[in-house]
Amino acid sequence: MTLNGWIQIALYCAVVLALVKPLGLYMTRVFNGERTLLSPIIAPVERGLYRVSGIDARQEQHWLAYTGAVILFHILGFAVLYAILRLQAVLPFNPAEQAAVAPDLAFNTSASFITNTNWQSYGGETTLSYLAQMLGLTHQNFLSAATGIAVAVALIRGFARASTGTIGSFWVDVTRATLYVLLPICIPYTLFLVWQGMPQTLGAYVDATTLEGAKQTIAVGPVASQVAIKMLGTNGGGFFNANAAHPFENPTALSNFVQMVSIFVIGAALTNVFGRMVGDERQGWAILAAMGVLFLAGVFVTYWAETNGSSVLNSFGLTGGNMEGKETRFGIAASALFAVITTAASCGAVNAMHDSFTALGGMIPLINMQLGEIIIGGVGAGLYGMLIFVIVAIFVAGLMVGRTPEYLGKKIEAKEVKMAMLGILCLPLMMLGGTAIATVVSAGLAGPANAGPHGFSEILYAYTSAAANNGSAFGGLTANTLFYNSTLAIGMLVGRFFVKIPVLAIAGSLAAKKTIPTSAGTFPTHGGLFIGLLVGVILIVGGLTFFPSLALGPIVEHLAGAAGQTFATGG
Amino acid sequence: MITQLRPALVLLTALTVITGLAYPFAMTGLAGVMFPARAAGSLIERDGKVVGSSLIGQSFTGVNYFHGRPSATTAADPADATKTVPAPYNAANSSGSNLGPTSAALAERVKGDLDALKAENAGQPVPVDLVTTSGSGLDPDISPDAALFQVPRVAKARNLPEDKVRDLVTGQVEGRTLGLLGEARVNVLALNLALDGLAGR
Repeated sequence: MTLNGWIQIALYCAVVLALVKPLGLYMTRVFNGERTLLSPIIAPVERGLYRVSGIDARQEQHWLAYTGAVILFHILGFAVLYAILRLQAVLPFNPAEQAAVAPDLAFNTSASFITNTNWQSYGGETTLSYLAQMLGLTHQNFLSAATGIAVAVALIRGFARASTGTIGSFWVDVTRATLYVLLPICIPYTLFLVWQGMPQTLGAYVDATTLEGAKQTIAVGPVASQVAIKMLGTNGGGFFNANAAHPFENPTALSNFVQMVSIFVIGAALTNVFGRMVGDERQGWAILAAMGVLFLAGVFVTYWAETNGSSVLNSFGLTGGNMEGKETRFGIAASALFAVITTAASCGAVNAMHDSFTALGGMIPLINMQLGEIIIGGVGAGLYGMLIFVIVAIFVAGLMVGRTPEYLGKKIEAKEVKMAMLGILCLPLMMLGGTAIATVVSAGLAGPANAGPHGFSEILYAYTSAAANNGSAFGGLTANTLFYNSTLAIGMLVGRFFVKIPVLAIAGSLAAKKTIPTSAGTFPTHGGLFIGLLVGVILIVGGLTFFPSLALGPIVEHLAGAAGQTFATGG
Repeated sequence: MITQLRPALVLLTALTVITGLAYPFAMTGLAGVMFPARAAGSLIERDGKVVGSSLIGQSFTGVNYFHGRPSATTAADPADATKTVPAPYNAANSSGSNLGPTSAALAERVKGDLDALKAENAGQPVPVDLVTTSGSGLDPDISPDAALFQVPRVAKARNLPEDKVRDLVTGQVEGRTLGLLGEARVNVLALNLALDGLAGR
């Protein structure tokens, strides 16, 4: 580890923290329906959209109607995306003449993009037409992110309101998230990325003749417009197969830095929206602090492990850390930091190949996802995932002192705790259950590229990433098969909806409750004790659930590597 | 849910058109006007022919050129389309090796490359980036150490004094962005173009 590396990490944290308040204030105004700086331009468009869609912006929805709207929106989005992928060969903007996407891959990719996972069974430049990238993937990048924000805002309203039957209008929330938050940031952001060297063209792939006289076909395309929302919306699905490691998808150290900031910025600012809407900003900062503790611990371990490098390669006398699968322009510090950020948030973009990380360095991304991506997390999804853990933490605290737990003046009762547990438990079921099946059936065992414990890690990582809606991979796994495409798609759908629906149920239930005044017996939820309790609950729940799987994968691989053992495939 | 069908359908269509067509097309138009060369892929021309992109590495195997990092990209096997064959720096199919830290294949590959490089220049330790593949397989850069390591070979092949080649390398080093972000590096294609310019072809 170097001083320069830590300065980069510190600068990163400082920039994200500096953006939390201004963006939090702006988003609070947007979702409260107040006037903002951009209203003169956007409000007419917004009103026009409501008029043609027959939406009354003032009419709010009961949580069941809100949930129905969420599900309907996803189903229709899925149908549109699936159709575009299947029909891309006959649609325009296909200069590389890509064939129709196969049914299982189209199913997987559609499930992947509507759930904000963006798992890449497809290889961008070898599978998809420009139209599929833009009209198919880019638009779902916006809408799946907007939906995540909408659900988080609905849950916040549940905490902030009292004795009411409604939690807002999904149509209004999703429109505002897209028009006021995502799109206005993406426009200058796209231009910045092009300035850094990212292509943005509808022209065909370029044929070059290299200095040694060979032919090199260079894939280009409308990259920047997609990458901007891919990062900001924590989607993570790459334009190219190699994702943000590809020099066209991440040309410079500066583009890398800004991309990392954009992964975290909306998720971090939503904690501030939470604080503002419930009327006490400290509540938001407490949540952010708990996230920050877990984040820095992860960065430390991965950076340390990657700097030390692989024991096997070091035994040949190599120094300089683990550079397999990493790009020269980023180096070890910026690659390790990116890996922790992208899995803490549910982004899943990668600027280095996680499959080639050291055993312990690659374990942290795995743990981040297993905890449910609550460290900043996906836009919206991170905050509501964290608030589920808050409910459990408050419940545990209540049990310890024998009082009915309460949070922000709301009694936390059986219904909320049950729903929270449902949201928490569906993830390990999909992650560990999927892994267990794949490690015993031959279609699953055909997947891993690496032998030994690392092969197990590849499978575990895939199901973890799918259920957590992350989308990054230990890319050696051959996942574009009927078995993996279908089972991973199921994991993604369950991981999305079996968290979202319980969250909206909690929102509805809380909104209907009365607010009780704070008393001397109220447990303060903005101080160090609460932050410690929350972090503890997360680590205990996560640790008890996932430690055995980690022991079989990265931990045993670390020990074997330290003893100089290697594993050959086909042996 | 039926009453929600109209808002869902119309809103989805409208937002799809805005974010999936209007936005990327507007960005393509603007970027093409503001940064035409970069939007097209930062292509480099020499004598009127495109020789590559300044951001995309290319394969160099001759002793008279500086080499980039090993690349794990592949291409479809011309004999059997269901299989792939190694095709270093295939810029139409980016990919890393995805070999894990305890992979025997990785250990073997690195050992082989190390031995070859040690035979070429016994005087210096082999920089790690010369024996590891990049994440994209298209890394345009190598570390300054990795470029300096190759100076004796290139100078000998080109019949140039080592000092002159070393100066060329030093002049091509790009530092960290703002002195802080990322790592120092040398763009291999730019270096080799400069080398061709120096020696006359």
